[in-house]
Amino acid sequence: MLECKGITKSFGALEVLKGVDISVHKGDVVTILGPSGSGKTTLIRCMNFLERADAGTITFDGVTYDFASIGKKEIAMLRKKTAFVFQEFNLFLNMTAIQNVMVGLTTARKVPKEEAAKRARAALERVGLGDRADFYPGQLSGGQKQRVAIARAIATDPEIIFFDEPTSALDPELTGDVLAVMRSLAADGMTMLVVTHEMSFARQVSSHCIFMEGGVIVEEGTPEQIFEHPVSQRTATFLKL
Amino acid sequence: MSTLELMADSFLKILLPGIRMTIPLTIIAFSIALVIALLVAMIQYAHVKVLSEICRFYIWVVRGTPLLVQLYVVFFGLPDLGIIIDPFPAAVIVFSINEGAYCAETIRGAMEAVPKGQMEAGYCVGLNYWQIMFKVVLPQAFRSAFPALSNSLISMTKDTSLAANITVVEMMMATNRIIARVYRPLPLYIEVGIIYLIISTALTALQRAGEKRLRRYEEAEVKIHAGV
Ligand SMILES: Nc1ncnc2c1ncn2[C@@H]1O[C@H](COP(=O)(O)OP(=O)(O)OP(=O)(O)O)[C@@H](O)[C@H]1O
Ligand SMILES: [Mg+2]
Repeated sequence: MLECKGITKSFGALEVLKGVDISVHKGDVVTILGPSGSGKTTLIRCMNFLERADAGTITFDGVTYDFASIGKKEIAMLRKKTAFVFQEFNLFLNMTAIQNVMVGLTTARKVPKEEAAKRARAALERVGLGDRADFYPGQLSGGQKQRVAIARAIATDPEIIFFDEPTSALDPELTGDVLAVMRSLAADGMTMLVVTHEMSFARQVSSHCIFMEGGVIVEEGTPEQIFEHPVSQRTATFLKL
Repeated sequence: MSTLELMADSFLKILLPGIRMTIPLTIIAFSIALVIALLVAMIQYAHVKVLSEICRFYIWVVRGTPLLVQLYVVFFGLPDLGIIIDPFPAAVIVFSINEGAYCAETIRGAMEAVPKGQMEAGYCVGLNYWQIMFKVVLPQAFRSAFPALSNSLISMTKDTSLAANITVVEMMMATNRIIARVYRPLPLYIEVGIIYLIISTALTALQRAGEKRLRRYEEAEVKIHAGV
């Protein structure tokens, strides 16, 4: 469904991605693991055009685009089929929870207001926050904010959701609720690409694991392969930590 | 005439020009200034080529020269080029342009203080640049710029007294005229000062009320954290 080939990206002289190939099939939960600075965030940001990759191609639903030449319109069109959950939530601070969820429907996709409200409410119920619809981000805990962000992501029926370390900014006791929501999305067949340091989540939920280091994919495979029988010494060392 | 009688007698003679000139001048010029400021701030925020250079130049000139000089250039200087503008419109033009430059910097600063993630999240939910601007960035920027903009409005209200220098019959000019007749400067200048003080105080009260409204949701946050 989504396939990227040969992604490279440098920040000035620093080569952060050195030719990464990645593919995600419908219904997959692909997790990306790796030490800090290995380029995981940069990779998924490139895949959603938040960073502009220097080279490489992206194939979405059978149509291939070149990162170097893709236009604004195509980017906007692809973004409407995807969603992104940030480490820092990035809820719109001037909107209530339900407004956060609705704006992608009403303003971006011209869904009539009533239908959008219904869908937004359903999305908030789905993440267990039906009773927080009229709260502003400033009135929610970190875990609740991230669940609103997930509701905002699922409300638009995306074909894939990108997650960048969705629980890393949370107090340890708040990560559970967010992970539970993600597990339930996975169980419902949502396609997800997840950068995470939550090893047990990666191990139990993913259909495919990728281990990255130094801007390249060192090893990938099923969670069993990566966690039980890593081929690379580096993978083994990282996972033992 | 006793001092008090003089002050009572002059009160309306000073206040009426205030209502006819000072207040309209302030309201009209500040509204135009906000429009200019918004445009300039948006151009600079987006780093539009050429236009943002022009905006920088505009701000540099306006902030680097005295308001009084600007009033003189427009009212006494432009007639040399055959451009003759009546006192009131000349004052409106100068105050709008002057205040626009200061407010532009305030608004741009507030826009730049909106976290970058807000823009990114906007793109990710499918909004385009203008939608993000009007639904996300500007509402947040307006909220944080509100106190500074209110202060600008209050300063400008007082600065309109400079318009007396280009023959606008506002409160200062009215006061000077009475003084020229009765030659009692101290009570009359104090009186006009008091009227300015009343106007500023009223505006400050409005500002407080506005800030309170805008801060509603943050207060709620504090309550929650305090466990109330
Ligand atoms: N905008 C940027 N400008 C310059 N360098 C950057 C930028 N973004 C990331 N980098 C650098 O690129 C490298 C990879 O960063 P990236 O955030 O992708 O790593 P990561 O794998 O997500 O790490 P972490 O686990 O800490 O989140 C790092 O060395 C980082 O300093
Ligand atoms: Mg990262």
